[in-house]
Amino acid sequence: MKRVVVTGMGTVSPNGHDLAAFNWGIREGISGIRFIDELAALNFRCRVGGVPVLSEDQKTILTTYGLLESSAYLQYSLLAGLEAWRDAGFEMPEPMGGDVQYDTGSIIGTGFAAMDIKGKKLVPAIDSGQIKKLRSDLVEQVMINAPTTLLTKVLALGNMNFTNSNACATGTDAILMAAQHIKCGNARRMLAGGADAYSPYYWGLFDAMRILSPEFNDRPHEASRPMSASACGFVPGAGAAILVLEEAESALERKAEIYGEIAGGHMNTGGQRNGGSMTAANNEAIVRCITLALQNAGTVPEEVDYISGHLTATKADATEILNWKTALHCTYDNFPKINSLKSLTGHLLGAAGAMETAASLLQIKGGFVHGNINCSDLHPGIAEAVSTQSIPGKTQEKIINCALKASFGFGDVNSCLVLKKFIP
Amino acid sequence: MEIIEKKVIEILKKYTPNNSVWEHFMLQNNLTRDLKINSARIVDIILDIEEEYKIEISNTEIEKVTNVQEVVKLISTKTAQ
Repeated sequence: MKRVVVTGMGTVSPNGHDLAAFNWGIREGISGIRFIDELAALNFRCRVGGVPVLSEDQKTILTTYGLLESSAYLQYSLLAGLEAWRDAGFEMPEPMGGDVQYDTGSIIGTGFAAMDIKGKKLVPAIDSGQIKKLRSDLVEQVMINAPTTLLTKVLALGNMNFTNSNACATGTDAILMAAQHIKCGNARRMLAGGADAYSPYYWGLFDAMRILSPEFNDRPHEASRPMSASACGFVPGAGAAILVLEEAESALERKAEIYGEIAGGHMNTGGQRNGGSMTAANNEAIVRCITLALQNAGTVPEEVDYISGHLTATKADATEILNWKTALHCTYDNFPKINSLKSLTGHLLGAAGAMETAASLLQIKGGFVHGNINCSDLHPGIAEAVSTQSIPGKTQEKIINCALKASFGFGDVNSCLVLKKFIP
Repeated sequence: MEIIEKKVIEILKKYTPNNSVWEHFMLQNNLTRDLKINSARIVDIILDIEEEYKIEISNTEIEKVTNVQEVVKLISTKTAQ
């Protein structure tokens, strides 16, 4: 089996428009949550969200590719994909030129794809009988595999081209599947990650279910409160994170900068049994997912020194901590450091797992654990289960050798990655 | 004719990937081969022309058009009708 490392990353996040800004954002505890006028005008209960603010340079790139008016999930994917490619040390091929990279593929997932464009352009045009208005390029935005197809064209990728969707576990799944593809020797490199756009046309579904945070519309930075006693629902977010996964051998050969190793992982579901349902988790399945991820990576629970939680700021947060405790055989005192990126960005849905993996790798490389904002009033169930030492409010310097990143999604689906500092 | 030519070139420029394809431009240039226009965009060019000249262009007519000169000729015939 091949070993797999991460040699490049690209992120378009609510709290940082590119990788450098995102790294700064997590270190400094910068919130990307803002008030959104459109949500207020549409009578949403939750009127805040995490939406990336693109730089002028990024807008110029979008103009070059004719994507300035396209779906945000496609825009974010292109920007994150190109950033990851360059970050990994690769040159951009000539437009429509250069050799096909048959050893490089892509798996990019999404939860809701181009809902923004479907709602604003596609449906109104069809319903008003103005089909001509659609023109030819809308299909390239609306088809679910738009991001991989676009990056395949721009970067001349010739290996597996695949789009996955699995609720909140989407981004984590994409990275795990891409790693497995390389491990088995089917590709040398894979772009992998997730993307989702801001759109009231699907954020509204969650608002209607009353699972979004409605009580902090006047204080957006305080609205996303994972692990706090005052958590009242998640804050939706948008963005994309794409990683360049690479065979360790190939990365060493070309002396590439390495963020860390994807040592293994596991995906499962709880079958919507034993307490599991569309919205609740079968805890036995979660513990099993974490345990098998560790086994798959040849690691033991004692090695884990950092957890990037799913922790969305619902009542499931306390249960999640208990599940981690069970899976890692921890006591109150020896629970690893844990944080939730969602306190800073909101819940990026199909992009969440990928963005949180990128954050984990930045922490492994940078030797720190970013702070959790908005949980000084720790949930009593969590305060009882683990020491506050495990839940830093402010960023702490810390060497991380082994990290777990898990995502637990709608429909009782689970995914867990084991990330390690790379030792050749 | 010259006015139509100018207009057609203006429309086509929106769909060519870069300016270098216009350096040695001739009316006989093939839309996809010489001007490197993505074949999926031909339908957008037709839509632009239909809107500009208030004409309808049929699928059969589209299929017959391969170079810039033919596009210009098609427009002048249709607008003369």
